Amino acid sequence: MTVQPRSSASNIILTNIETVPGKTVTQHMGLVQGSSVRAKHIGRDIAAGLKNIVGGELKGYTELLQEAREEATSRMVQEAQKRGANAIVNVRFATSSLTQGAAELFAYGTAVRVE
Amino acid sequence: MDSLIIFAILLGIGYFFGARTEKQHFRQLQQREQAIHGLMLSTAGAKVALPKAHQAQLFTGSVVISSDFFKTFIAGVLNVFGGRITVYESLLERGRREAILRMEESALTWGADQVVNIRIQTAELSGNSGKGIVALEVIAYGTGVR
Repeated sequence: MTVQPRSSASNIILTNIETVPGKTVTQHMGLVQGSSVRAKHIGRDIAAGLKNIVGGELKGYTELLQEAREEATSRMVQEAQKRGANAIVNVRFATSSLTQGAAELFAYGTAVRVE
Repeated sequence: MDSLIIFAILLGIGYFFGARTEKQHFRQLQQREQAIHGLMLSTAGAKVALPKAHQAQLFTGSVVISSDFFKTFIAGVLNVFGGRITVYESLLERGRREAILRMEESALTWGADQVVNIRIQTAELSGNSGKGIVALEVIAYGTGVR
């Protein structure tokens, strides 16, 4: 199971380096961020608890965090679009767990205009 | 007495299935890693010029991996004496390699020839109670360029 590439609907370029290769940054729009707190339904939690006996990947939680990260990223992208940016550079992710089965995903970066 | 029997059974199940899953996972990781050699990976890149690159995109790979009952128990015992907790070392290695592989695989599908500025981070998902399940999330992300 690989991460699906972002939908091409948004034409914002994301990178986690300081520039966008092949383009030059013309304007900085400041910090943009997005976050998402998610939990899975109790069935998934029980399944994860059982899986914890035999070990291995917890697919339900992997999925949960991927969805959460996508949502955090799309919120960040929306904020950047609102400011008129067409790229976000230096993107960083952070995860923190609130309680068992719920996690906050946080994405932030610098919105820029590139040409 | 009953609870002791249940405990022993769980320990046995954990040991048997956990060891099998781990073996299979390591074998699978090795195969997949061989299949994608050629992609250049680098943790540098933020301040390095990339003259050949024309396009860039962010790629992430993540996995949530859990410990088995046996490992959790052994880790608890080892914790008393201190030192290396080898059972968790292999768990984290699996998680990290899996996350990096997923990132690489999605970068390759896009047609990247390099992934630069890779960052890897680990987060614990079991909450701050310290009880309950042992689940670790590993995220790897980097910029793929072509």
